[in-house]
Amino acid sequence: MNKCMTGLFVMTVAVFALPIAAHAHGLIGKCFLPATLAIDDPFVADELSLPTISHIRRPASGDGPATKETEISGEFSKRLSPNLGITFEGAYRILDQEHDATLKGFDNLGVSLKYVFFRSPERQTLLSAGIGWDVGGTGSAAVGAESFHTVTPQLFWGKCFGDLPDSVSFLQPLVFTGAFGVGIPTRHANTTTNVDPGTGELTVQRDINASVVKWGFSIQYDLYYLQSFVRDVGLRAPFNRLVPLVEFAMQTPLNGAIAGKTTGTINPGIIWFGRYVQLGVEAQIPVNTRTGKNVGILGQIHFYLDDIAPRFFTWTPFHGVLGPTFPR
Amino acid sequence: MACSGRRFPGSLRRVVLVATVLLTPSAAWTHAFPDHADPRVGHTTDTPPTQVRIWFDGEIEPVFSTIRVENADRQQVDSKDGRVNPRDRRLLEVRVPPLPPGKYRVFWSVVARDGHRTEGDYPFRVK
Repeated sequence: MNKCMTGLFVMTVAVFALPIAAHAHGLIGKCFLPATLAIDDPFVADELSLPTISHIRRPASGDGPATKETEISGEFSKRLSPNLGITFEGAYRILDQEHDATLKGFDNLGVSLKYVFFRSPERQTLLSAGIGWDVGGTGSAAVGAESFHTVTPQLFWGKCFGDLPDSVSFLQPLVFTGAFGVGIPTRHANTTTNVDPGTGELTVQRDINASVVKWGFSIQYDLYYLQSFVRDVGLRAPFNRLVPLVEFAMQTPLNGAIAGKTTGTINPGIIWFGRYVQLGVEAQIPVNTRTGKNVGILGQIHFYLDDIAPRFFTWTPFHGVLGPTFPR
Repeated sequence: MACSGRRFPGSLRRVVLVATVLLTPSAAWTHAFPDHADPRVGHTTDTPPTQVRIWFDGEIEPVFSTIRVENADRQQVDSKDGRVNPRDRRLLEVRVPPLPPGKYRVFWSVVARDGHRTEGDYPFRVK
């Protein structure tokens, strides 16, 4: 792999290894699902994540120096109808390069729509589909923001296991959520022309902008569900609102020089949820050496706007005031 | 090092105040979530209970709150006098006749003071 390809690989890994943004919380039957930190979940809701802070160290690779990456992001989600929601997200990135300049700037603005097309309280299952738009050219190229748009159709699911038989009742608080999508760049490749100052010779380089499969899932164990619906194990506040979980956030390029080379992180962590806010923290463990060698950290404060001020935040254009995400 | 309020700008104080309010646990919450129950969720009781009681973390509306106890055959076995305790608006209760040994399930549905409904069910067993 030449230097240019190595640089492209490092930048691609750095960009794609970031969490898939946009999160939501909600209920399926009596099963409550908090907003996950690293992958999106299937709900539409009125909510605000501010801030989400990610910090991880990337190893040196090729020409690229080791870099401490910090990302501070925010996201606002709004229901347009009971099953349709829109999300706006932005992120500020700080790339502290070893023995080199620190790069700072905003990543591209993200906009996404999501529609819940299947909901079964009895089976505690929910499915939704969405499309994301990474608005090219709205961020700083210095921190890896692309000049072209990326469109990402996605499928989301959420499944609680409260419908398992009582013989395995301690598995009933388990929750499985996931997301699968393909990020499709609107520009297939970037072409760069260089002039050799010595010979005057022109060289043309063409770098593929890869389509990327973004996939991930979470496995959660809801202690509120355990305590309230399965077995009182003696937990009291605040421990009866904890959700230990593991998230898997992965990306696999489909074409270009890094086709098929998956990167991502495995994130064990914990979420506490209250009436109006949830707090979450996770470790970010690189899934392989392509992603990195150092464990990072991911933290988030997340506000349930629909519960904080239902009449204000849950107004929708076609369905009036929806009220909170929790059942009415 | 002595701390002084002057060291914190007004905006920071407001952020801390808002965060404190939002993070203050259940006393400030307006929805009603179950806190604990008697008989305890998922437990076996040696002596048949005379009533089933569920305590919530917030006050609930008597008119819209219900509680029902069913046996393993899904027959209602309570005395159909479920109510919110007038002296403790966080307590939902219903009397039950002497229950024979077996599995039972409690179904509840409550509306909190702000109009939000929560509902659920839980099992218990009489030995």
